[in-house]
Amino acid sequence: MSETLNLKLKVWRQKNARDEGKLVDYTLEGVSTHASFLEMLDVLNEKLIKQGDEPVAFDHDCREGICGSCGVMINGAAHGAQLGTATCQLHMRHFKDGDTIVVEPFRARAFPVVKDLMVNRTAFDRIIAAGGFISVNTGSAPEANNLPVGRETAEAAFDSAACIGCGACVAACKNASAMLFVGAKVSHLAHLPQGQPERFRRVTAMVAQMDSEKFGSCTNTGACEAACPKEIKLTNIAQLNRELLRASLCR
Amino acid sequence: MIKLDAKIPEGSIEKKWENRKFENKLVNPANRRKYKVIVVGTGLAGASAAASLAEQGYHVQAFCFHESPRRAHSIAAQGGINAAKNYQNDGDSVYRLFYDTARGQPGQQLLLGAYSALERQAGLKTLEISYRHEMLDLVVVDGRARGIVARNLETGELTTHAADAVLLATGGYGNVFYLSTNAKYSNATAAWRAHKRGALFANPCFTQIHPTCIPVSGDYQSKLTLMSESLRNDGRVWVPKNKGDKRPPAQIPEDERDYYLERIYPAFGNLVPRDVASRAAKYQCDQGRGVGPSGLAVYLDFKDAIKRVGHDVIASRYGNLFQMYDKITGDNPYETPMRIYPAVHYTMGGLWVDYNLMSTIPGLFVTGEANFSDHGANRLGASALMQGLADGYFVAPYCIANYLGGEKLKPVKTSDDSFKASVNEVQSGVDRLLKINGKQTVDEFHRKLGHIMWDKCGMARNEAGLKQAIGEIRQLREQFWQDVKVPGSGADVNQELEKAGRVADFIELGELMCIDALERRESCGGHFREEMQTSDGEAQRDDDKYAYVAAWEYAGAGKPEALHKEPLAFDNIHLAQRSYK
Ligand SMILES: Cc1cc2nc3c(=O)[nH]c(=O)nc-3n(C[C@H](O)[C@H](O)[C@H](O)COP(=O)(O)OP(=O)(O)OC[C@H]3O[C@@H](n4cnc5c(N)ncnc54)[C@H](O)[C@@H]3O)c2cc1C
Ligand code: SF4
Ligand code: FES
Repeated sequence: MSETLNLKLKVWRQKNARDEGKLVDYTLEGVSTHASFLEMLDVLNEKLIKQGDEPVAFDHDCREGICGSCGVMINGAAHGAQLGTATCQLHMRHFKDGDTIVVEPFRARAFPVVKDLMVNRTAFDRIIAAGGFISVNTGSAPEANNLPVGRETAEAAFDSAACIGCGACVAACKNASAMLFVGAKVSHLAHLPQGQPERFRRVTAMVAQMDSEKFGSCTNTGACEAACPKEIKLTNIAQLNRELLRASLCR
Repeated sequence: MIKLDAKIPEGSIEKKWENRKFENKLVNPANRRKYKVIVVGTGLAGASAAASLAEQGYHVQAFCFHESPRRAHSIAAQGGINAAKNYQNDGDSVYRLFYDTARGQPGQQLLLGAYSALERQAGLKTLEISYRHEMLDLVVVDGRARGIVARNLETGELTTHAADAVLLATGGYGNVFYLSTNAKYSNATAAWRAHKRGALFANPCFTQIHPTCIPVSGDYQSKLTLMSESLRNDGRVWVPKNKGDKRPPAQIPEDERDYYLERIYPAFGNLVPRDVASRAAKYQCDQGRGVGPSGLAVYLDFKDAIKRVGHDVIASRYGNLFQMYDKITGDNPYETPMRIYPAVHYTMGGLWVDYNLMSTIPGLFVTGEANFSDHGANRLGASALMQGLADGYFVAPYCIANYLGGEKLKPVKTSDDSFKASVNEVQSGVDRLLKINGKQTVDEFHRKLGHIMWDKCGMARNEAGLKQAIGEIRQLREQFWQDVKVPGSGADVNQELEKAGRVADFIELGELMCIDALERRESCGGHFREEMQTSDGEAQRDDDKYAYVAAWEYAGAGKPEALHKEPLAFDNIHLAQRSYK
């Protein structure tokens, strides 16, 4: 395997939310196969700054797949084609010398572009603020030992809790639905004893907020599951639908 | 003249917090809404404090430079949390913090807990969160912290915010070194600008260098990834006995391997403390026994553990970490030993605070990694999360209430002169950066600073090196202000401009770290002075001369900072020289 790559990049450039934006071609030589995808963009940016151009804006922070800041469309796939991998964890060894790579922002009506590859995902925060919590004041939570949770339930809750809120599920979906994200949060809390008292109020409020944020509806294509860097399963959406149905029956 | 008073309550250690709460002034719940508290930072420390204060009825405004509080650096904590710090909550029952850490990533679940408590208050409209806002100055009125200046990172607008108290929870400064395990955006700007407004900065040279990180692979390297400490429970650390042995690890026979930690420290073996393990790895690499393409790495080998307990047990213990390692390096640790090297991980130093978490500026409180307290010269694993939570959920709300209940604060408005003056200063700083239009990028300066710090103020320090570093950093600062290139404008998203401001502050803080390290002529925790070691190469403290906290006072641009010494008193333990042999 060659240790460095020469690449053709087509990168989405958009000055701000009002600008139309377009793909711009760049070439980049000598990219190490050990570099991460974001490090490749860093190298591009150093080159652009030196040439007197503006660097490409993109979100990132932890660079280890846990904060959910990063996320771009790579050749049409959210976070790229590698399964279970956030953009920051994708390494250039998965590309070939001479490849053309198209890099675009996550697109959804609910995620307006801020600049270049940077989008605004605060709609997710507002969904959490609507009900993605347990209404116990901090410091007065019950003794954790008094609420035993079975191992399997705990595992299921943990699997759902692994969501990093990156929004790839929305970007991958042709309807821009947020059902996988909301399903993960609702399932997480529905599995835990602490989540029971507000179980139905929660799901109703979160789904209402989701609908008001201009996310689309779910038509079960499964594109979200394939794009999710934390491999959140479609069963979370099934659970969300069950919770919603039960909530409507209990009202 | 500043006098440091830690305000430690009377009584035995178990009684101190109770005594303090008994003395504390309270704010009538009906009046709480009238008090505004600004919380800067919504990592574990800030989100927990902001949510608690809002629940108690105060008017809270929280700031973070992130797009969402859930993205803070705290999310990445891997190892664990220490349980049970007995702060009593509201006088009823002792609340014990208890978390199951078996699945790893406790940082994620703890931060998500604090984040959802915060969003709950946002939903209830008791609290406002200003996203993508970066604090660039602290506003001090009549000697008290009364507000901040922040830049809206989406529009470039400078905004002012007045309050009755300000709490900083802005994290640590490990990124002075450019490469560290911290998130890329972690920075010291809020703490540093508060320092320039009068808050003393304590023990800046105390940094923790973690022994088990994935080594640097090239110049493009942007950050380093921690491989949890827990790996040392089962992994064996070794290097080839022969210098420059470039054979693949599988071809190096047992008797040509040096399991140096087991050899030198038979009692603790691979589990010696972080600083000892880090220095030992550096020593082996300096001797030419390092492995991998750069020679700056040692092996962490799981072969024997897999043989002993089986592949599946190891997978259940470390599966996530092995997968992360594989993703980054392309190597499979089940088959070939990991390569690891030390990296900067945590900063014990920070803004000086008293027992009530208040800095030397009345009304400015500091919590989490941003303050200097709790960890001395060498933090123990898993205690940072505990500190953030205990202080955020329990201690900070009490202390801030006590301050608000005990002071008669005059009203201030953002139209007051002190706010205007702060905004002007920040604006001219921004304009100056944009105008330079030099030739070197911000990252180039940051990398240069990182090299100086890592070589001369890293795992081992000495007088000559530190003096040289101070000179080099001063030169670097001059060059920075003449030759940095910040493209674009200030009226828009401008990530280079954001970075430039942070790197300018890192350069100044880096100099102070070297000055502090030079001043402390002893080895102590994470600070190893080569001149001060025992005959067998272990750290040697000098308690007669250096049993104090070094707290530095800003004296104005270009003037040397003044050192204040807070003597350390140990009531409950004896100081002893460490030995791990
Ligand atoms: C990889 C890794 C693993 C770790 N594992 C463990 C572990 O297992 N156990 C343990 O106890 N500790 C661990 N630590 C240490 C621990 O994670 C940190 O010390 C802790 O999370 C710091 O929390 P914090 O709330 O103080 O700051 P942070 O989480 O860093 O949050 C800082 C906040 O301040 C905001 N901010 C900063 N500056 C500004 C500004 N100027 N304006 C506005 N907002 C600002 C940011 O947006 C952010 O919200 C680990 C650290 C690392 C790097
Ligand atoms: S469900 Fe997966 S893709 Fe969607 S936000 Fe969560 S982690 Fe990202
Ligand atoms: S940068 Fe944090 S998940 Fe990618």
